[in-house]
Amino acid sequence: MLLIECPYCGTRDESEFSYGGEAHNARPADPDALTDEQWADYIFYRQNPKGLHRELWNHSSGCRRWFNAIRDTVSYKFQCVYKIEDPRPELAEANTTISAGEKS
Amino acid sequence: MKRRANGGRVDRSKPINFTFEGKPYQGFQGDTIASALLANGVKLIGRSWKYHRPRGVVGDGAEEPNAIFQVEQGALTIPNVRGTQAQIYHGMIVNSTNAWPNVNFDVMSVFGLFSRFLPAGFYYKTFMWPQKFWMAYEHIIRQASGLGESPKELDPDHYEKTNAHCDVLVVGSGPSGLMAALAAGRSGARVMIADEQEELGGRLLSSRAIINGKPAADWADDVIAELGRIANVTIIPRATVFGYHDANFLTIAERLTDHLAPRERRGARERVWRVRAKQVVLATGAHERPIVFANNDRPGVMLASAASTYTNRYGVKLADKAIVFTNNDSAYQTAIDLKNAGASVVTLVDSRAEAGIPVDDVKAAGVIVVTACAVVNVIGKAAVIAAEIRNISGDGKSISGALQRIDCDLVATSGGWNPAIHLFSQSGGKAVWNDDKACFETGAVVQQQTSVGAANASFALDDCLTEGAAAGSAAAKAAGFDAPDFSVRVPTSDAPGETSLEPLWRVPTDGFPGLGPKAFVDPQNDVGVSDIYLAAREGFESIEHVKRYTALGFGTDQGKMGNISGMAILSEALGNKISDTGTTTFRPNYTPVTFGAIAGPDVGNTLSDPVRKTAMHTWHQENGALFEDVGQWKRPWYFPLERETIHQAVDRECLAVRSSVGIMDASTLGKIEIIGKDAGDFLNIIYTNAWKKLGINCARYGFMLGEDGMVMDDGVTVRLAEDRYFMHTTTGGAATVLSWMELWLQTEWPELEVYLTSVTDHWATAALAGPNSRKVVSAVVEGIDFDKEAFPFMTSREGFIGGVAVRVNRISFSGELCFEVNVNANYGRFVWQQLMLAGEEFNITPYGTEAMHVLRAEKGYVIVGQDTDGSVTPTDLGMSWALSKAKDFLGKRSLARVDTMREDRKQLVGLLTDDPNEVLQEGAQVVNQPSEDTPLPMLGHVTSSYRSACVGRSIALALVKGGHRRMGETVYVTTDDGRFVAAQISPTVFIDPNGEKQHV
Amino acid sequence: MSRYSIFSLARNAMSHHQNWERAWRSPEPKKRYDAIIVGGGGHGLATAYYLAKEHGMRNIAVLEKGWIGGGNTGRNTTIVRSNYLWDEATHLYEKSMKLWEGLSQDLNYNVMFSQRGVYNLGHTLQDMRDIQRRVNANRLNGVDGEVVHAAELQTRIPHLNCSPDSRYPVLGASFQARGGTARHDAVAWGFARGADRYGVDIIQNCEVTGFRRENGKILGVDTSQGYIESPKVGVVTAGSSSVLAEMAGLSLPLESHPLQAFVSEPIKPVLDTVVMSNAVHGYISQSDKGDLVIGAGIDSYTGYGQRGSFSTIEHTMTAIMELFPIFSRVRMNRQWGGIVDTCPDACPIISKTDIKGLYFNCGWGTGGFKATPGSGWVFAHTVAKDQAHELNAAFSLDRFASGALIDEHGAAGVAH
Repeated sequence: MLLIECPYCGTRDESEFSYGGEAHNARPADPDALTDEQWADYIFYRQNPKGLHRELWNHSSGCRRWFNAIRDTVSYKFQCVYKIEDPRPELAEANTTISAGEKS
Repeated sequence: MKRRANGGRVDRSKPINFTFEGKPYQGFQGDTIASALLANGVKLIGRSWKYHRPRGVVGDGAEEPNAIFQVEQGALTIPNVRGTQAQIYHGMIVNSTNAWPNVNFDVMSVFGLFSRFLPAGFYYKTFMWPQKFWMAYEHIIRQASGLGESPKELDPDHYEKTNAHCDVLVVGSGPSGLMAALAAGRSGARVMIADEQEELGGRLLSSRAIINGKPAADWADDVIAELGRIANVTIIPRATVFGYHDANFLTIAERLTDHLAPRERRGARERVWRVRAKQVVLATGAHERPIVFANNDRPGVMLASAASTYTNRYGVKLADKAIVFTNNDSAYQTAIDLKNAGASVVTLVDSRAEAGIPVDDVKAAGVIVVTACAVVNVIGKAAVIAAEIRNISGDGKSISGALQRIDCDLVATSGGWNPAIHLFSQSGGKAVWNDDKACFETGAVVQQQTSVGAANASFALDDCLTEGAAAGSAAAKAAGFDAPDFSVRVPTSDAPGETSLEPLWRVPTDGFPGLGPKAFVDPQNDVGVSDIYLAAREGFESIEHVKRYTALGFGTDQGKMGNISGMAILSEALGNKISDTGTTTFRPNYTPVTFGAIAGPDVGNTLSDPVRKTAMHTWHQENGALFEDVGQWKRPWYFPLERETIHQAVDRECLAVRSSVGIMDASTLGKIEIIGKDAGDFLNIIYTNAWKKLGINCARYGFMLGEDGMVMDDGVTVRLAEDRYFMHTTTGGAATVLSWMELWLQTEWPELEVYLTSVTDHWATAALAGPNSRKVVSAVVEGIDFDKEAFPFMTSREGFIGGVAVRVNRISFSGELCFEVNVNANYGRFVWQQLMLAGEEFNITPYGTEAMHVLRAEKGYVIVGQDTDGSVTPTDLGMSWALSKAKDFLGKRSLARVDTMREDRKQLVGLLTDDPNEVLQEGAQVVNQPSEDTPLPMLGHVTSSYRSACVGRSIALALVKGGHRRMGETVYVTTDDGRFVAAQISPTVFIDPNGEKQHV
Repeated sequence: MSRYSIFSLARNAMSHHQNWERAWRSPEPKKRYDAIIVGGGGHGLATAYYLAKEHGMRNIAVLEKGWIGGGNTGRNTTIVRSNYLWDEATHLYEKSMKLWEGLSQDLNYNVMFSQRGVYNLGHTLQDMRDIQRRVNANRLNGVDGEVVHAAELQTRIPHLNCSPDSRYPVLGASFQARGGTARHDAVAWGFARGADRYGVDIIQNCEVTGFRRENGKILGVDTSQGYIESPKVGVVTAGSSSVLAEMAGLSLPLESHPLQAFVSEPIKPVLDTVVMSNAVHGYISQSDKGDLVIGAGIDSYTGYGQRGSFSTIEHTMTAIMELFPIFSRVRMNRQWGGIVDTCPDACPIISKTDIKGLYFNCGWGTGGFKATPGSGWVFAHTVAKDQAHELNAAFSLDRFASGALIDEHGAAGVAH
């Protein structure tokens, strides 16, 4: 059960939030100028990294604001959260602590 | 009786009568099922899973594999109750599991005779021929499987949940847990301490040690009493911390009533605590492990610590002649306990060459001590009658010398201790092998947590006390409390310090392992040494493979009894070191938890999903509506009059709308206000069509697509003011659409000044449809000129009904003249009733979703989610007129992909059956030619189909490959009874094709 | 290698089971193989087996990072069915079903394929329309299917809560009689033993750390046990597919999510079929050992941790209590999680890539177990012939650009 810090409301239980997938997947400025492949890359292809991941969360049962987070997809620990308009923080050293259930 | 005259914590003044296997027995207040049965001399308490061998109590806690009972009958029955942790109560009905007709005479024990033919994994190697017979074999195997029986009646009990936050959660209330709670509690920190047993105190309750000059149990009572007086300490007894999740989220199952007689039970049966703790102290103790030898599963073979527990805590005289078989010093105390309890002969068999440190104490108590010896076998079937002893080499690898038979009625064994690191492991920590102590212990800590005492492989009592106090202080300090290290004075005890052990996992046999009688590693699943060796021989070298191949550790004790021993024996079979064989990972739950407790108050017919009802719901109920679930809403489906079928009711409702006036509750449609100077720009990108030129108080229909170009939602939006739009969504899509728009607004176009407000619940909506609808609204609504020119189609006006403000939208989903009256939901029923009154003279008819579906299908209006399925574009629906060419919108680019531009895509068309009385089935498939052949190429399917009273025949909508270019062609449609029905492809509008009726 | 049978069992019992051979060898990796399969789960092992059996290849290795069958193969709820919605998916899963029906005999390993039937419940009128549509399509595709209404359902599954007072009352179900369950571990072990019999090297504890390629062609893989050369590399690594793809410089339309499941304590037989509900989110069957085996939807966030959130377990349990309230006094024994690679259209990718000789089989989401033999069969064809079989032609990566998606969210058991 994740504990998530909403940049507007503070730290709350995961059940107050909904997940929005990869962050910074900006909508192309001129979709018509793209090939089918480039358009597919925007709508379907994701980085899906094992380790630190920039992702979107919505405080859906709270202030309903979307925000960004950097979370380790193995340890599930959050490196930080930042507002949509904030500059992107650097990724810390990957901290893929092996966690419960993970096999060596 | 095997109960001693005194001693122990049972209350001899409170006898308790219960039955086991139909026979009456008596125990005392404070007894568990296991202790009460042992006190009554009942040794044979169950049968094993595979071979149905007789079994007795082995342990005294969560590790117990055999004492698994069915408690109570009927609706109150509970399967697989662990008898070592369940307190008895008056009238308790206890039965064994897995035995028929009874535990003493079990027909299935015949399997034991064939055990040689049923090694680990035998079922993978046979039962394959003939192919069809597996189902028959399986049926027999299934009948023999499982332990207890599920209730077959509804549960009369209920369950609850609570959320809690604390500074320090202490798990376990043995010496280290009590000290941790005390140290943290005195600092003022919010402390929770949970323990799975009937009383707090852990092993102190069965210890003879003296702490600070007091018997250990009395000392524990004092500490517990003090904890009870500290306001910031919450004590949760009978509560198992069963899960340790991310971010210090722990789950506790508290058993509230199972220890009481049914008539004394009040309130919830169990409660799950969902706890966020700033700091966690794991004082979960350790599980003793047995030494494995031939026939070690016979009733009367028990863990040494359990023997001490039954003797000291429950006052049971377990044995007259006892053998204590050990490779370490802790069981020396058991030998003394047994002797003190009146055993005539106690023989301590130590596998080590040198006796342990307490040897003088043991001898002084009258115990016979033999060293460099091992129990190689026990004699007796339903109960131990003797043990066979031989010499064992110093490295534990071989036995030698003559067989010595010693008569006995108890063999207490100790192979050392396994720290209970389950919760640590669940928290993300890795277990590491400690070669000196021959056990897995905690590795690096991952969360805000400390393990202390035996859970930290610190087995000596004084170490437990010290570590507990230190961890409690440190945890409180880390949580921000001033907890000086000396806030508690650490008590001292007379208990011996920690001593070494010589690892001995199994007693070697002459010849290869597995020859001779079965020696059990996991008694519940009948996994023996030979099975582990067989697995290794067949190439199952990973411990995970071995567990899965043999079923080791898959029982209700989850391997607490046998897994570590099994790993060690596997290492031996592979010639590896244990540390190289791998580690072990524990998953939730620590011990099994009731389904009901995890579901909480949501058991039975509730789910956790709220029911949404409109403001007019009670009126609908009073007027006989049947309801349909749409999303979370209950919507009136149809309003049958007496003895009307659904068809008759729907026909009547539809005809009323087309000929006079009908009224429908449209409150459930999603409603979102979109406000701000950029609202029009925002709608332009969200919707496929153009919005900025829409006049104030005018309405427009819009499509919303996903970025994949597929229809996502639709509805009518009204412009209320220059900077204010009122959007309608589908009933089921409201929440999704709001989130969708918020996502775009906040992440992609935050510079737009647009505010979104969900107002679905603020408004109640009554749609009046039919040629007489104008007369009805004119009669009851004040302040609106309903003249055709003054209030044209697709516009909106404000007025009053009985002094209540209403907004009336002239929009239509039926093709009829229609006015949708919106009002503050608090006045919903009032306004509805006013409209009904005003409509009386026109025989105003309430109609439900079914008639609404028919009416809109007659007009070819689509329902998103019924006529679309996430693979349909507006063009497929024949509605490309709604796609703006002048601007970008979400999903537009996807419409220009190769596949979305194909001309033979599935397209929405009408279908008219050759036989006008044949109503196609929704979901029926459309083909070019009837055929029995499979696979038969399909053109598409029927999305909507009705008997239309207004058209006077059946009508249907279907998605058909290339359908738009096949008007008038005949296709065939499947039926439920295997026929193919001919139907002609037609336009989707079946009535009033020029749309005149809604413009009157 | 000796065959398994009742006779071999009896014969070995006489020698105290001392003479059983290894189920599969534990060889050192060779320097070069004709084909390498990365990932020793059910799908990977099946691919190797069919490469050998159907395409005559012998010099093949399966490289497994941990122990075979230890990923999603050993972590799923073992449901097998083929009643999908779209033709492409139905044909693929039906191929698999047909292979299941003779698999124990083909492999000489009892995978305990139990055709006890699978019910997919409908709780709303739209659910029932979708069920009708799917069953009708299944029949025309030659797949068995039946629509069962609530009253009949109640007689067939007596303990199912069909009360009209339920939050979402059960209105009916689709039923596939040929569906059922299989013993998941046995599937991995049976394919491993079968492949080994053809000379396939199964190499455990061998992690692929990189791909070597030249001029757009694959040359081999770097592993924790050294470099291994091969002109063909098939990657079947489920939740880790994106990680492997990145090593090869590729990108995939996947997201890896935790998928949790749990079992009860073993109880006497009480449920002899498989019940799935998309609407209330849960599915349940009872294993031959007596455990109730329960699963549900994925956790919403991406994760490689093989664990999810407790709230997902609670939600699933609530659904099971709604469907089978009599189980409320039964206890949950263990829970666990796997990592599932979900695709935008809830259908797999079984495809060539831009790198010649490199193939990916992934994106099975929550539904991969049932496809194990069929997936291996078509992937073996794709790898051997460097060309998709007609059964998996539609499951190529091209579809994401063309838009020819096969949206199976409705039939994928539980929506992603």
